[in-house]
Amino acid sequence: MIVKAFNQIGRYSLLMRRTFTRPDNWRQFFKQLPKEMVKLGTNSIGIVVIISIFTGVIMTVQTIQNTENPLLPRYSTGLVLRDTFLLEFASTIMCLLLAGKVGSFIASEIGSMRVSEQIDAMEIMGVNSANYLILPKIVALVFFMPILVTFSIACGLIGGAGVSYFTDLITVSDFLYGIQYAYIPFYLWYSIIKSLFFGFIIASVSSFYGYYAYGGALDVGQASTHAVVNSCVLLLLSNILLTDIMLL
Amino acid sequence: MIRVENLYKSFDGKTVLSDVSADFYSGKVNQIIGQSGSGKTVLMKSIIGLFQVDSGSILYDGRNLTDMKMRDIKLLRREVGMLFQGSALFDSLTVLQNVMFPLEMFSTMTKKEMEERAKFCLSRVNIQPVTYNLMPSEISGGMQKRVAIARAITLNPRYLFCDEPNSGLDPVTSLVIDKLIEEITEEYDITTIVNTHDMNSIMETGAHIILIEKGVKAWDGSKDDIFTSDNVSLNNFVFASDLFKLVKDSVNCKR
Repeated sequence: MIVKAFNQIGRYSLLMRRTFTRPDNWRQFFKQLPKEMVKLGTNSIGIVVIISIFTGVIMTVQTIQNTENPLLPRYSTGLVLRDTFLLEFASTIMCLLLAGKVGSFIASEIGSMRVSEQIDAMEIMGVNSANYLILPKIVALVFFMPILVTFSIACGLIGGAGVSYFTDLITVSDFLYGIQYAYIPFYLWYSIIKSLFFGFIIASVSSFYGYYAYGGALDVGQASTHAVVNSCVLLLLSNILLTDIMLL
Repeated sequence: MIRVENLYKSFDGKTVLSDVSADFYSGKVNQIIGQSGSGKTVLMKSIIGLFQVDSGSILYDGRNLTDMKMRDIKLLRREVGMLFQGSALFDSLTVLQNVMFPLEMFSTMTKKEMEERAKFCLSRVNIQPVTYNLMPSEISGGMQKRVAIARAITLNPRYLFCDEPNSGLDPVTSLVIDKLIEEITEEYDITTIVNTHDMNSIMETGAHIILIEKGVKAWDGSKDDIFTSDNVSLNNFVFASDLFKLVKDSVNCKR
């Protein structure tokens, strides 16, 4: 198992070395980049918005109902919601969800190109297929991930604000005071910096599993599953490391 | 011309190719024939460089592929066109974009010039303009093969590889594809290597044939030599069906 792990790390490193080279054709690279941004980034906005708003709503309701201690200030609900979204939900949990959506998409797209010999066709033409297929995906996701995370934070807070506006559980002023109370701007940067790393992990690991897929449709499905599972594990491990480096 | 000398290739200790030596001539359709699992595709992919061989040399007009650095291999591959078994057209691109792809990657042509060249190649393989903007999934298997041939010849290759070009096609369409490959080979003086086990193909276009059996070269010759050869491996492979046994008998009777 250890040998297999080292083997995988070696193959991943070699693939990344082939990926991070000068593109054969810059014009093609800049043609691919916006397409990938749409496929991986823009098309994920909807799911990010829905999940974040509903999580914001539920977290607000749960926090109010589970913190009935009169010693706790009423604005603590907004504070808890803000810091949860800033520190963990928007960056880590949202990226885990995106690892499922975007990761499986990347792995199955590249994997089906592999099994239908499209990648071989590129190699025969003299195209660096790793660079052509993977680099635009990594750049697009690393660029778009902070945008999605920022969207998530905003939508979560909007969800919480909605609860305060439409229900009697908490007043709007208490909620707004809470989300502004003792605000540490670095938390936002922490979230954005983490999302850059997570974007890289999701795109590169998923591409790796897709690129080395072989066999048929079943194997592409398996590659896709491995891509998601391993992206999630690596994401959680790197989350510990990044938190340790940036917050502790 | 491509020359293969003493080629060995194994996977996980299992020998797939053993001491294969062969010449593939320019301006001719060179065929690698043999049963499924005999090592044809491995031989072809080794010649192209998709598989790294264990030992032996592969000479492209004197240039040894096995000694080349990756940069030189990439340059050599721009002289190579390939038709894959499943066509391998890019799903996300239209027919015209597929044929323009190699030009967009490697030529300094303007977009208009690229389009003209791609349209010329498509017309050369008898693809009608009405299909130019269709996706590969919207055209038939035979058309996909012809588009793949058009894509393979856009950069004027010196070497053309075809991996089972007739698989999944009806006999009439197979013949069209075979004739097209033969015409293009002769017209542009390309060294063409076709990997096949289709007997009609062998009899129609096999100017130079190599039989691979269990990873070893068992026979080589032309389609005309097939009827006179007493090579056991060749006879077992070619005349496996009753139809071809009858054909052989009638040809030999006439002689």
